[in-house]
Amino acid sequence: MEKRVTFRGWLLPLCLIAPQVIISAVFFFYPAGQAIWQSLFIPDPFGLSMQYVGLGNFEYLLSDKFYRASFVTTAVFSVLVTLASMIPALFLAVLADRLIKGSGVYRTLLIWPYAVAPAVAGVLWLFMFNTRVGVVSWYLGQLGYDWNHVLNGNEAMGLVVVASAWGRISYNFLFFFAALQSVPRSVIEAAAIDGAHFWRRFFGIVLPLITPTAFFLLVVNVVYAFFETFGVIHTITGGGPQQTTTILVYKVFSDGFVGQDLGSSSAQSVILLIVVGLLTVLQFKFVEKRVHY
Amino acid sequence: MRKFLLGAIAATTALSPIAASAQTEIQFWHAFTGRLGELVAAQVEEFNASQSDFTVVASHKGNYSETLNAGIAAFRAGEQPHVLMVFEVGTATMMAAEGAIKPVYEVMAESGAEFDPDAYIGAVKGYYTTTDGQMLSLPFNSSTPVLWVNRDAMEAAGVDPDTDLSTWQKVDEVLEQLKAGGEDCPLVTAWQSWIHLENLSAYHDVPFATRDNGFAGLDTELALNGEAQVAHLAKMGEWAKDGKFIYTGRRNEGGANFRGGECALFTESSAGYAGIKAEAEFDFDVRPLPYWEGVGNAPQNTIIGGASLWVMQGHEAEEYKGVGEFLSFLSSTPVQAKWHQDTGYLPITAAAGDATREAGFYEANPGTDVAVKQMTANEPTANSKGIRLGSFDQIRGIIDEELEAIWAGDKTAQEAMDSAKERGDALLRRFEQANK
Repeated sequence: MEKRVTFRGWLLPLCLIAPQVIISAVFFFYPAGQAIWQSLFIPDPFGLSMQYVGLGNFEYLLSDKFYRASFVTTAVFSVLVTLASMIPALFLAVLADRLIKGSGVYRTLLIWPYAVAPAVAGVLWLFMFNTRVGVVSWYLGQLGYDWNHVLNGNEAMGLVVVASAWGRISYNFLFFFAALQSVPRSVIEAAAIDGAHFWRRFFGIVLPLITPTAFFLLVVNVVYAFFETFGVIHTITGGGPQQTTTILVYKVFSDGFVGQDLGSSSAQSVILLIVVGLLTVLQFKFVEKRVHY
Repeated sequence: MRKFLLGAIAATTALSPIAASAQTEIQFWHAFTGRLGELVAAQVEEFNASQSDFTVVASHKGNYSETLNAGIAAFRAGEQPHVLMVFEVGTATMMAAEGAIKPVYEVMAESGAEFDPDAYIGAVKGYYTTTDGQMLSLPFNSSTPVLWVNRDAMEAAGVDPDTDLSTWQKVDEVLEQLKAGGEDCPLVTAWQSWIHLENLSAYHDVPFATRDNGFAGLDTELALNGEAQVAHLAKMGEWAKDGKFIYTGRRNEGGANFRGGECALFTESSAGYAGIKAEAEFDFDVRPLPYWEGVGNAPQNTIIGGASLWVMQGHEAEEYKGVGEFLSFLSSTPVQAKWHQDTGYLPITAAAGDATREAGFYEANPGTDVAVKQMTANEPTANSKGIRLGSFDQIRGIIDEELEAIWAGDKTAQEAMDSAKERGDALLRRFEQANK
């Protein structure tokens, strides 16, 4: 038996959804439409002239081996950021959930990093790992490890992943913590009486019950890694060394705003739009099947 | 929707306070902060006080790239400033935008302000003039790379601080001695592409790009994989491998290391003077940029970096008259001489250089004239007039990446420069197509 509210007439429902529709139209559909339109042209930076090139921008991009490599970089980066931000968050949330005293303080402290803007977080990590004056790289040097992320691609990737995931752990923690709190105590207690130890209870009962949250976080974190990590990459590596940290969205920026090549930049945002759309569809189709609501 | 937006904009504009004066306002967008920002503000204030017809309003719009972007975005919205500061790398972008800019020689001719194109130093002016010698933008801040020496570090490593460093051959020997003397950071650089490729090419009179480094047309191709460039970078790669050259980053990160006293030699812009003088707690001096003895026509002359002022289209004739007056004021000898002495930037007119010499500044501050001499030693050739490439900011990014591959030992100098040429040429063709 479904409960459903029905409206008489169409004016009121229209008014109710209008704000959302207008916001979507102005801030999403209009710019997206513009990007698709512009991706068919090569304009000069000042908008004085435009040449229609059809799919020429896409051809140019897809034949560029650095652009294709950027897909792999983005995939590696997104997977690492998602894992590095979700697993520690879940672990911390489980610990916090078991605390009896002082959980409020613990919680508050864990949420703080979320308030730090990505660009600021980037600068923070950059200072710690600066090859000449960084605290961490100095200690690593004492241990005999020569940290140099300006030349070593793997170290650069590691650094941007950690810097991007760090603030995100707080956000994920908050959601995991709320989800854990909502797991019914009676179920867990029943399992405990049956002799199931903590990890058995965790994997058998708690984890399946929080999968909707985990799924939601998966989608949100992948989108975060794709789009919002720009500030971190811009401040720490600028996409280098040798393009090892140039993810797709960073390339949109550097081609559009450094290179003034708006045609290529628009074509890239269209490709990005398609990739993220596909990814979300895939997630809903396959991952969601394993989610229990 | 559009009407509504226009209405909203009109309403907010009407509400904003407008200074009640008959003075014509001139908008000037620049990229300077800190000490340089204060000096620009002082110049503007002095101009405003010197006459009563025009008011120049200076606004800071972020770093060089951001200022250029702000200017472009403003032009697209029909809100462009009168005068826009554009770094040397953006020169080709501005030149190609014929409908967006008003060449300086035209502005000066129409405004009737005092303007003598021959008063400007050739090597500075050359970067911003057409092939037939017409000045398109007014050089504002120009510098050129020099070699900074930490004399205390040299001494500590047992090397005579007065030793000859005029050629890279000699520097090579000194680096060996520094390393042997226990110096951890014998050589560090800033702006690697600008100094070790662009200037290296000009200094040895070899092309960086075909078609007179792009001055003669948009159908230019990179020529940075030539023999002279590859030999230099191969040597630097060796130094990097032996720990004689320390790579710190793509911009001027190395400045912190040098000013902190960590490094012995530092290739950096002459405009590093203000910072080094303020921070260095060691004895330092300035030497001309080294060259390879026997390669090309070295030493030819080095080229400039920095920014120039572009006048944008779409304003009233009366306003352009004010722009002309302002540019003429900026070029005047006292203003230029003061700017040169305060900042370490080159004087843009010969008269300003002479005035500085007569005032005894070079004697009181030894080494401050090295850059001027290095720039003006010879009449610039087609290879040393400057570089004018579209998408140059991005091409520099590509060069940075390829240079990093050399420093890391992933590629040989030849492989890296061949790859830089291939990737850079693709961008040049895009630019050519966009500006047909």
